[in-house]
Amino acid sequence: MLENIHVALWGVAILKFLAALLLLLAFAMLAQRRLLTLINLLAWQGAVLAIGTGLIAFMTNQSELWFSAALTLGLKALLIPVVLRRLLRRLKVRGDVEAILNIPLTLLAGIVLVIFAFSLSQPLSNLSSTVTRGMVGIALAAVLLAFLMMITRRKAISQVVGFLAMDNGLFFTATSATLGMPMIVELGIALDALIGFVILGVFFFQMRDTFDSMDLQHLEKIREE
Amino acid sequence: MMIYLVLACTLLGIPLLAIWGSERWGAWLFIVINALTLLAILALSARVLQSGSFTAGDDQFMVDDLNMLLVLVDGVVGLGAAFYSRSYMVHEIIHWSLTPGRMRLYHAMFQTFLSTMLLALLTNNMGILWVALEGATLSTVLLVSLFHTAEGLEAAWKYFILCGVGLAMALFGTIMLYFAAQRTLGDGADALLWTHLDAIRHQLQPQIMAIAFIFILVGYGTKVGLVPLHNWLPDAHAGGPSSVSAVLSGLLLNVALYAVLRAKVLTDGALGTIFAGRLLMGFGLLSLLVASFTMLRQRDVKRLFAYSSIEHMGIATFAFGIGSPIAIFAGLLHMIGHSLTKSSVFFSVGLSVQSVGSREIQRIHGIMKINPFLGWAFMLGVLFILGMPPSSLFLSEFLIIISTLQSQPWLIPMLLLGMGVAFAAIFPRLQAMVFGSIPQNAIRTSTIGNIPAFIQLTLVVLLCVFIPLILVQWIQHAASLLQ
Repeated sequence: MLENIHVALWGVAILKFLAALLLLLAFAMLAQRRLLTLINLLAWQGAVLAIGTGLIAFMTNQSELWFSAALTLGLKALLIPVVLRRLLRRLKVRGDVEAILNIPLTLLAGIVLVIFAFSLSQPLSNLSSTVTRGMVGIALAAVLLAFLMMITRRKAISQVVGFLAMDNGLFFTATSATLGMPMIVELGIALDALIGFVILGVFFFQMRDTFDSMDLQHLEKIREE
Repeated sequence: MMIYLVLACTLLGIPLLAIWGSERWGAWLFIVINALTLLAILALSARVLQSGSFTAGDDQFMVDDLNMLLVLVDGVVGLGAAFYSRSYMVHEIIHWSLTPGRMRLYHAMFQTFLSTMLLALLTNNMGILWVALEGATLSTVLLVSLFHTAEGLEAAWKYFILCGVGLAMALFGTIMLYFAAQRTLGDGADALLWTHLDAIRHQLQPQIMAIAFIFILVGYGTKVGLVPLHNWLPDAHAGGPSSVSAVLSGLLLNVALYAVLRAKVLTDGALGTIFAGRLLMGFGLLSLLVASFTMLRQRDVKRLFAYSSIEHMGIATFAFGIGSPIAIFAGLLHMIGHSLTKSSVFFSVGLSVQSVGSREIQRIHGIMKINPFLGWAFMLGVLFILGMPPSSLFLSEFLIIISTLQSQPWLIPMLLLGMGVAFAAIFPRLQAMVFGSIPQNAIRTSTIGNIPAFIQLTLVVLLCVFIPLILVQWIQHAASLLQ
């Protein structure tokens, strides 16, 4: 655990800065209307995650974490955003996102969620090591903000971005609270993410062939009698 | 070794079916793979009966009485579904003009789903359990949208997003579990192994475990179909092929509930209170009531039985919530009985829909005259799912009511109300569907496709009437693992 290791103060400071950046990016995504910018923000979130994991790996000398940082960088910061951008072009989705709630209201709801997340994770923060105290709250807040984004967006692609942002939040929880899950589990999660992403790609094309559009309004036909 | 054999049988099937799944003998290959898997499972259960629980592969895999029971059910229903799929898909391939590519996808994804179920049950690692359940979601998304209809796509999308969010919550819960375990077990892969966690469950930090359990319950509860997290379930059951609906109801819901139960044991140990049990009772009762009242309004036969699955999972969850030895015994029996019966009901429903050409309950009638075998399979299956004797669901529901009387008598009216309304929702419609005149344009579907339904229904009767002592002891021992 971290308590036993002498940790440089600057490392902790940078880690806290990165956590704040992650939360800021989550809010930026909530406020963003353009799909392309949304994907860029997602890529940045992945990069911040990778740097944070790398930093913890450096401070604790855990070789497994280096590997997981590299995996994050490759998958979340590079591969997935690039593929998403290409999908956007191939499917010729219009660039705007129409949200159900208006943006200021969504941001207000986001602030409420952050407060909720911090109060829920209070007992956890007290138990965690000095370095990561308070970060569990930020991680939970990032998860909930991504959740909010999924609820308030109409386009299939922006829901997927919300889904991936939620995944980022969870990943951050795992690294900040527990210094990363066991390697085998982490590999499994990465594999699932990758397969899920491929399946989504297939699914998008099915959707375009059937509806000629990526708008989720077409997916509201089933009514409960 | 035996565990590896089971997993190897089922995993090797995936690439084989991905290559040859569209051939004329692809459906037979699917059956053979699942028959071999069932044989391996039988060998494994013989070993467990002889020498008790054991772990393998550096404790990464584990069998005890509890998961062995569910693995056994998995094997039987998996083989049944594979056999049924051959007869069922012949008609669907023509009706939806499915290309060879899509048939390969169908078989490979179906086998992937069956493998993830077995992996989820046999793994000892709570993290891998999560990975397997996520894999189960992913592999069934494309199965639900197999026919490329607007309805199927909508159902698949809803399924993907809702279960994805649910599983994200479960992952958060699993991370919290690891966080709690780290304080005692230290870093590394051991801290998520269930057998290790179970050994130190009294030392786990109660506050963290309470939060972890809530997230795990909400997360896996989405997959169990607990109200109010059940929205994906009726759509996914109605949108996909009936062979897929059968395994969704028969296997997936059980395995998700199994995951919740494993977490409950740890939480009970850490908290030493009835906190987790009360949560399960609440969710279970709510699911029972909401599902049975919603059933009254259903017009689509597959949606009707999808809601019935929610109802039965609610009853089982409620039983585990009560937590007395009889209740847990009944809950396990209910899970097994429901799995066997509901999958056979979906087998018959699929063939009935094919022969009538509509899923609307109003338009389905005269099944008994179209094909007596199908008619009997359908009628017996539905009567059994309603809890009529000599079905094992009768026995388990009876035991659940008895144990509720012992510990929470004031809940009896609600329990009986839910079961009664469910009966009233299905029974009158069953008569209309099975008897009556033959509708126009009705086709006679294959008789061979009914064999799995009859075999599974026979097993359900045996579980009630001639339940062997050795099996009773087995289930009792499995139940004692959950106390």
